[in-house]
Amino acid sequence: MQSSNDRSRGAGGGPESAADHRAVPGRAYVETASGVPYDDPRYDDPWYDALASGWGESAGPGVPGPAVPPMRRDAPAEPPRAAADVYLEVQRSAAFQEVRSRYRRFVGPAVAAFFLWYVAYVVTATSAPSLMARPVAGAVNVAMVAGLGQFLTTFLLTWAYTRHARLRRDRAALELRWDTQELTRGTRGGVS
Amino acid sequence: MTGDHQTLALLLFSTFVAVTLGITTWVGRHRQGSAEEFYAGGRLFSPMENGFAISGDYMSAASFLGISGLIALHGYDGMLYSVGFLVAWLVVLFLVAELVRNCGRFTLADVVAARMRERPVRIAAGTSSVTVSVLYLVAQMVGAGSLVALLLGGTGEAARTWTVIGVGALMVIYVSLGGMRATTWIQIVKAVLLLGGTVALTTLVLVRFHGDVDRLLRTAAERSGHGEAFLAPGLAYGGDWVSRFDFISLGLALVLGTAGLPHILSRFYTVPTARAARRSVVWSIGLIGGFYLMTIVLGFGAAALVGPDAVRASNAAGNTAVPLLALDLGGGAQSTGGTVLFAVVAAVAFATILAVVAGITLASSASVAHDLYASLRRRHSKPRSEVAVARLAAVGIGAVAIGLGLLARDLNVAFLVGLAFAVAASANLPVLLYSLFWRGFTTRGAVWAVYGGLVPSVVLVLLSPVVSGGPQSLFPGLDFQYFPLQNPGLVSIPLGFVAGWLGTVTSPEEPDEARHAETEVRSLTGAGAV
Repeated sequence: MQSSNDRSRGAGGGPESAADHRAVPGRAYVETASGVPYDDPRYDDPWYDALASGWGESAGPGVPGPAVPPMRRDAPAEPPRAAADVYLEVQRSAAFQEVRSRYRRFVGPAVAAFFLWYVAYVVTATSAPSLMARPVAGAVNVAMVAGLGQFLTTFLLTWAYTRHARLRRDRAALELRWDTQELTRGTRGGVS
Repeated sequence: MTGDHQTLALLLFSTFVAVTLGITTWVGRHRQGSAEEFYAGGRLFSPMENGFAISGDYMSAASFLGISGLIALHGYDGMLYSVGFLVAWLVVLFLVAELVRNCGRFTLADVVAARMRERPVRIAAGTSSVTVSVLYLVAQMVGAGSLVALLLGGTGEAARTWTVIGVGALMVIYVSLGGMRATTWIQIVKAVLLLGGTVALTTLVLVRFHGDVDRLLRTAAERSGHGEAFLAPGLAYGGDWVSRFDFISLGLALVLGTAGLPHILSRFYTVPTARAARRSVVWSIGLIGGFYLMTIVLGFGAAALVGPDAVRASNAAGNTAVPLLALDLGGGAQSTGGTVLFAVVAAVAFATILAVVAGITLASSASVAHDLYASLRRRHSKPRSEVAVARLAAVGIGAVAIGLGLLARDLNVAFLVGLAFAVAASANLPVLLYSLFWRGFTTRGAVWAVYGGLVPSVVLVLLSPVVSGGPQSLFPGLDFQYFPLQNPGLVSIPLGFVAGWLGTVTSPEEPDEARHAETEVRSLTGAGAV
């Protein structure tokens, strides 16, 4: 039940029109809760936004990641299957495995890095207060620098994650989404 | 305190209440009734709106009043809260926000139940979500009470009780009439007010010291009576090993708890896609990071300008440091500037409490109606009746929070929030991460993960010095304190993870390959997301 889809597209036709969205260029007309319509690129179509920043020209300073192989080539002709099989098939497809490993290859090391850095900070603060109290400049000591360093690394990792997701994951994930929804549509009478 | 304070603060606060009630009725006029609308506000908020709302939900009175108060009293050790509260958002951004948005509908239990047998999992996750929410609510109620006590001086005992009751009543009105849409707009208004107030106070502190942070820190250190030690860790959590482990325990709870807070998780359902959820988190990390940097300045500013002794005299736990700082920055107790600034800060803090309380109440009523009620009552209820149950649940949760809030009024609010985070990290995070990332996870593992974190964390709090055995405890007359740490996180978080693993490996049932595939595909691509 794609209620938000219906509303965001105004005249959208529900699940049946889901596949057409890929072909519709431009941005959607989104109505805010306050009733003010806007057509601002910053609030791009929720169903379209991954493509808007990752397709064709590189969005931002980076280079888009290498293309992911398409999940399937001749699917529309296949007979409908059970939804469970569809998800298993998608999970085993090279395209999905690539998206998943890109996600994990970034998130795994990043989580380990910031978590260790944070635990090291907390443990040092308790077990070696004299080290933390060592002055750096004026009243600022090692503890202050480490605390502000935590803020800085948080901001940096946030930026790195969003950049990685935008350039290397969003486009492939969105294509997989449409493919999967097309496959499941026949099996369950609409993407539930 | 003079009458001017009260009049002006009450006036400003009444304006906020009037505006928010206006929002509630205006929003409640149309599109009422569906569960989609009540729990998720129709899922059409923009990332920026949701980012502001998330930070509104997160920057509670505990942060504004509690952290600054802790820094004013204990110096550097208070800063741990600021750092932990912010770093925690990386867990949310990397592991939770997008995946939860893709897999779930309204609550945490949706994500887990998609892979497991629904009934036991929903009951477990619903119970833990309600527990976390009630603990968090109590912290906000205590904050409201201490603000009023400060406003009315020593004679405010009755007024304090009535404030807690009034806050509880207002939140029930917001939530039951306005649902998620009204709550979100209240959060946005409140986030803007709070950030505005914080920026103004921070600027005034820095102007007072001519932009010289070094002198601000030196003055704070001198005024504190501790000298250089005030700027280094160890004042509050130094000394013996028990308090050092307490510090580590708190640090773990803060960084892992955010991703398990039900009212934060439910915010991701108010945007249309996972990408929008990610972008709302980026917005909120920016806003929250800036806010916590400013609370550090405010805390040291309060130590330098008001002095820890005056802060302690007003409220032993330090909750009133920022209002006192505002009074001083405006020109002192007798001046117009001081009166105005004090009133503004008090009103902003009230607004903060109200908004956060509304957000948590909504999330916990969703847990009660969508998870507990729907599982315990096996009759097929229509969505409309589920929303009716959620409205009733909001009233019940409000009553419980009022009662506990009156009981716990002398505890530091930041510290109480630390407890809520510990329970969230122990009971909610393990089950969430396991079901998103572990192929072999089973129903028994899920249920054990929830109870294996929830029961130890709650029991350890009951046996801790917070509840009994000391002059600062809830029940100073009794002594059933067997656990030395104030924060249970260090023990209960690993227990939650271990219990989930143990339940899974001892489970006779085979993990469902197909449903794991469905969860994994949906979480990473957004296929089939509502």
